Amino acid sequence: MGLAPLIVVLKTLAITKNDDTYNQAARFWAKIFGINFAIGVVTGIPMEFQFGTNWSHFSRFAGGVIGQTLAMEGCFAFFLESTFLGLFLYGEKRLSRGMHWFAAFMVFVGSWASGYFIIATNAWMQSPVGYEKAADGSLQLSSFWALVLNPWAWVQYAHNMSGAVITGAFVMAAVGAFYLLGNRHVEQARIFLRVGVVAGLIVSILQLFPTGDRAGKMVAEKQPVTLAAMEALFNTQQGAPLMIIGQPNMATRHNDNPIMVPKMLSFLTFKRWNAEVHGLNEFPERDWPQNIPLLYYAYHIMVGLGTMFIAAMGIAALLLWRGKLFESRWMLWILMLMFPLPYIANTAGWMTAEMGRQPWLVYGLMRTEEGFSKMVSAGNGWFTFLGFAGMYTVLGILFLFLVRREIEHGPEPALAGSLPTQNAQHSSEVR
Amino acid sequence: MATIWFMIVAVMVAMYVLLDGFDIGAGAVHLLIAKSDVERRTILRAIGPVWDGNEVWLLAAGGTLYFAFPLLYASSFSGFYLPLIMVLWLLILRGIGIEFRNHIQDGMWTSAFDVIFSIASALLAIFLGAALGNVVRGVPLNADGYFFEPLWTNFLVGTNNGVLDWFTVLCGVVALVTLVVHGLLYIATKADGDLNVRARKMARVLWPVQVLVTGLSLVATLTVRPGVLDNYLKWPIGFAVPLLVFCSLLYLFVAERSGKDKGAFLASCGYIVGMLVGAAFALYPTVLPASTDPSYSLTIYNTATGAHGMRVGFVWWGIGMALAAVYFVFVYRMFRGKVRIEEGSSGHGY
Repeated sequence: MGLAPLIVVLKTLAITKNDDTYNQAARFWAKIFGINFAIGVVTGIPMEFQFGTNWSHFSRFAGGVIGQTLAMEGCFAFFLESTFLGLFLYGEKRLSRGMHWFAAFMVFVGSWASGYFIIATNAWMQSPVGYEKAADGSLQLSSFWALVLNPWAWVQYAHNMSGAVITGAFVMAAVGAFYLLGNRHVEQARIFLRVGVVAGLIVSILQLFPTGDRAGKMVAEKQPVTLAAMEALFNTQQGAPLMIIGQPNMATRHNDNPIMVPKMLSFLTFKRWNAEVHGLNEFPERDWPQNIPLLYYAYHIMVGLGTMFIAAMGIAALLLWRGKLFESRWMLWILMLMFPLPYIANTAGWMTAEMGRQPWLVYGLMRTEEGFSKMVSAGNGWFTFLGFAGMYTVLGILFLFLVRREIEHGPEPALAGSLPTQNAQHSSEVR
Repeated sequence: MATIWFMIVAVMVAMYVLLDGFDIGAGAVHLLIAKSDVERRTILRAIGPVWDGNEVWLLAAGGTLYFAFPLLYASSFSGFYLPLIMVLWLLILRGIGIEFRNHIQDGMWTSAFDVIFSIASALLAIFLGAALGNVVRGVPLNADGYFFEPLWTNFLVGTNNGVLDWFTVLCGVVALVTLVVHGLLYIATKADGDLNVRARKMARVLWPVQVLVTGLSLVATLTVRPGVLDNYLKWPIGFAVPLLVFCSLLYLFVAERSGKDKGAFLASCGYIVGMLVGAAFALYPTVLPASTDPSYSLTIYNTATGAHGMRVGFVWWGIGMALAAVYFVFVYRMFRGKVRIEEGSSGHGY
């Protein structure tokens, strides 16, 4: 998802500058995208099924509402994405330049539409809207537009998508840095760095403000107990401080070794230095998220890494602007080594969202322990869980292996002879 | 309104079986029929640009089922827990078999992925058939509308069902034979030379087998669920469906003999649609019969979503499908015609 808009940028540059180097860059990233997409498709299919297999009571309860967004994802996004990806990956020789750009653009639209429907589903679980209770206790849709235009969904979507682009931008910049440090594919490397750093800076800033800021305020408003747990704020305070580092101690209900910024939490949440922030003590313990320390760490890792992204991309962009980035080997090293961090930050962000919602499956309406498939025994659950764990481990290894191979191989040189035949593409790809 | 959504889901499932059916079938015979690396790549290239889109029909059908009949989705997916999860594993293996095979030109690598792709495809065909068999035969639903089936119990049809018994295994065999023929005919339309000849020959050999298992499955269904005839007797127009199956099989035979690859493939499509529509027609309005107590059966009425939701669904479903149809026509036109891979060109991708 994060790579798709960057590929569109590369294709656009190729057309506006009439320079085939950008097309080569796009082709290289399309291959990486293809590997990602294959893994994404095969691991994405189980997700839709697991609503039914593992969460059948939840599906029966909420299917009348979120069935809408999930079915729309299938009907709108998946068809779009898979069709145009086929065209984009296999059709470069058969399509005109403009049409090939269009195929890339539609892949981007499809994957981002898919993202919206999924986020709208998750947002509904975080902040249910547009439903009514039917006679049998299940929920039914009462307002389609309330569901689709859920304010929570828009904020979460923006935050999630800029997070995805951060990953794409960092990986692109890291590969560029890797090539430049090894003095290979120099021309391509510079393109990767330019596009990666500029896009990376923009989205890193967007990630904090306004999207992250809005998301935090939304949590404070709709899930105050979650905010208290994320910040490990045990007692309600006026002018609450922001803890930068510190270890929540659940036994004594206070934080060990805290380093605090006074009054900062109140200001960030309510724009007033002395505003009152609700602590965990105000909520019954059965409504607390079950694993407060892990939630707290996930949230702080996300925020900490996000801050580092802005700093790193800010410095890199400054160097790029001054024309010194390509010679600053120390910065290239940093960019190269940072590529795993956005993955960690995104995972930590999702952990924050999901663990923060606990103990609720649908916030305020259904608890997690009410939603799973009661007819499936734990033995069967473990069997399939271990099977998935094994299979995903193999997929992960394959993925790393293939991506490493593509990066090792590098972008293709210009196509020899540009006759529009299938075979020209073939022979040019002989290793 | 629930009836219309029932038809919509049935059509989407039929689309899935038609489209993904040929690439599953082609996969199942991949090892048997394609002898050289070039031939194997020809098959993969014939399905490469479209398999993913075909599989989307499964997702879209699943999503639509979830949306229109939440209780049915919840009950059947958790009840068929183990076989469904295994289907997911097979889909994963098949997907990477197709996508990753040609990333590395190495005999060990490619043959490993060929084997994964082929076995996963064959098992998928059997599982899909067995799943349909389960829906026709009925499952041990309880009063809440839930059930859980182990993979097998004693292979007998009764109230203590497993997913696999003699009836559903027979359905699995029917599905395997059907999809293999379907896949062979697709390969015949997309390939030239030896591969084309071999695909035709194998399809010809399988024709009597297909007729035999079709007949067997019909008799078996009537034994297991005599009630399937009720709807046909009520609305005799329904007998047009078995007629379609019969005519398709007949035309399949004729077209194969006269070398009309496309005609034979279309006949196979007609046969598949006929079999599925015939089953759906017989079940209606039940969607999951109970083998325990008929009053526990899930029907379109006790599983459907709210009226407002269904009305809203018509709007976006119509728009979504119109768009999807446009893409499909476009992409099949783009990649129409025979696949040709030159000897010696070691293609990346397909």
